[in-house]
Amino acid sequence: MGRAVLRRSVQMVITLWLVSILGFVIIQLPPGDFLTLLESQLEEQRLSSAQIESALTGLRARYGLDQPVYVQYLRWMSSLLRGDLGYSMALRADVNELLSERLVLTLVISFAAMVFSLALALPIGVYSAMKQYSWADYLFTVLGFLGLALPNMLLALILIFLAVTVFNASTIGGLFSPEYITADWSPAKVLDLAKHLWLPAFIVGFSSTAGTIRVVRAQMLDTLGEPFIQTARMKGLSENRVITRHALRVALNPVVSGLGLSLPGLISGETITALVLGLPTIGPLLLNALFAEDMYLAGSILVILSGALVVGNFLADLTLAWLDPRIRLVEP
Amino acid sequence: MAHPEPANPREEAAHVPSGKTEAAAYSYWGLIWWRYKRNRIGVVGGIALLLLYALVLPAELTAPYPLNERHTGFLDVPPQFIRFISPDGRFSPRPFVYGLKQERDPETLRRLYVPNEEEIYPLRLFVPGEESWTFLGLTWDRHLLGVESPGKLFLLGTDTQGRDLFSQLLYGGRISLTVGLVGVALSLVLGGIVGLISGYLGGIVDDLIQRGIEVMISFPSIPLWIALSAAIPAEWNSIQVFFGITVILSSIGWGGLARVVRGMTLSLQNEDYVKAGRINGATTWWIVTRHLFPGTLSYMIVAATLAIPGMILGETALSFLGLGIQPPMVSWGVLLKQAQDITVLAHKPWLIAPVFFLTVAVLSFNFLGDGLRDAADPFSGQ
Repeated sequence: MGRAVLRRSVQMVITLWLVSILGFVIIQLPPGDFLTLLESQLEEQRLSSAQIESALTGLRARYGLDQPVYVQYLRWMSSLLRGDLGYSMALRADVNELLSERLVLTLVISFAAMVFSLALALPIGVYSAMKQYSWADYLFTVLGFLGLALPNMLLALILIFLAVTVFNASTIGGLFSPEYITADWSPAKVLDLAKHLWLPAFIVGFSSTAGTIRVVRAQMLDTLGEPFIQTARMKGLSENRVITRHALRVALNPVVSGLGLSLPGLISGETITALVLGLPTIGPLLLNALFAEDMYLAGSILVILSGALVVGNFLADLTLAWLDPRIRLVEP
Repeated sequence: MAHPEPANPREEAAHVPSGKTEAAAYSYWGLIWWRYKRNRIGVVGGIALLLLYALVLPAELTAPYPLNERHTGFLDVPPQFIRFISPDGRFSPRPFVYGLKQERDPETLRRLYVPNEEEIYPLRLFVPGEESWTFLGLTWDRHLLGVESPGKLFLLGTDTQGRDLFSQLLYGGRISLTVGLVGVALSLVLGGIVGLISGYLGGIVDDLIQRGIEVMISFPSIPLWIALSAAIPAEWNSIQVFFGITVILSSIGWGGLARVVRGMTLSLQNEDYVKAGRINGATTWWIVTRHLFPGTLSYMIVAATLAIPGMILGETALSFLGLGIQPPMVSWGVLLKQAQDITVLAHKPWLIAPVFFLTVAVLSFNFLGDGLRDAADPFSGQ
């Protein structure tokens, strides 16, 4: 198993490297860069062209924009690896500070959404499989289809719509009560976050809940027909034990490997939900960076998000091997 | 209930044609069509989509008013009800709408529109519009549904600029629903070719392609789409932007399709008929085009159908954020952009209408795709 883990780790590092290259390519795509925007701004301020030129040259040298492309890439990568994301030219702030809290909140929401969707999907899926073709099963199937058809953005809009028209709310969303928004982190603030977390977690997790219910149901139906389940029943085990210890453990397999795959969906769902609900997470920051043509910040955000996903997938694979003795990472 | 129920016999019968003689009468595609027709939900999805496309594609004809026509003096009008009972309580076989009367809210002094029961405008088919339109070389001045001037027909109300939401929805639907089709066609071509190459050649090429696809897939789609759409030059015209958006949307989608095709190709390669072809000296091109491609086609179509909703929603998300389709072109995302403010929704709840059209479209594509999948694979759903 050690060899296999090593092999998988090497693969992960290569993937991370490719992700960073792709991220860098995206940075280079837009026609202008931030400096051209800054140049026009400085010209509006009626600075002499010599002043503008010296300011721009200084910035270019600082960010290596006067160097060939591969040198720019290496500089960007090495600072990314050192955890130094530099200074946002557009937002005039330290990117590390900007990112870290928002990144944590993004991950917290995505993770909460995942927990939420699992906590809901597992029992429902198992129940649907055991009571196949019952009215409850049909109900969950319909709900599942709705979940697939209603992505986070629309769900968020509909909830806002309901909140306004039915409950006469004047605000919705946010992650903190007003008094905690600017406050430093404290146990009380964490508690406040937990109180506000359910709505975004519900919205982000809804569509993946629907998908997971379908997977769990199909898997349980498959597994319940296997001979070893009959054996377990014949041994006189209680139905509870047959379900939880024998059937569910095998049926969970694709659910766990699906968790790694569902992460990109959760994170991109989180970005768009955050934009609709106005949450202080990565999504709005990415959008602002793009509107300001601050491509370095945008690229860093993209690479960090994808990097988190690659690592998440790696962990999901390890969990899977640990959970299911049949897999043990033979060949990917 | 302790034991799993045996599979529903009726459902099983739906997947496998009963009796050899009957099955033998169908071709491969005939068999798929036969199995698809038995899937009720799948058929409903298909019919709903046909209706939807029939409604939005000739938007010039089906929409009561031209694109972006502003009705001055009719701003933020709520949806009008289509009525059958006239004010004196009699049933009128021809549906009609009341005229609109402007009032002010006594408390907030906001402008309000209320039905004016003294003006009755019956709904008419093929009503002449103010200007003639041209669609696919056809020039006409009629609109499918409407009322005669000076009456107005706002089935879903109007927006702040006095544009009829229903008309805008139909025009927007044309963009939104074709973005999905064009995007999927692009990813189908790309994914099909790459998947066939990857599966047929195998070895290091396969390895490289698979790692590449893994990288593509590991990007979260919406942030990647957002970042890519920043690269669309501002000076592009609407058509160029439209194609730019579809290319961006298919930038991720093709990876999944390529994987499906690769898997199919790998398993088909060990089929006897492919081996027989190879032994008989068939060229690679022959095997790929005559044996492997037709074998993977049905799966590609299914995968494509299931990929369309993601693309439609991707376009909606981008346009909603102001990064996708740009006015004066409209799409459902562009229309929803007006509805993202909570205060706007409080006063003009009808602006949420595109959400329902979107949901119907996405749901129908899912139903259709599921039905086709079950039809294409005799062992699925069992």
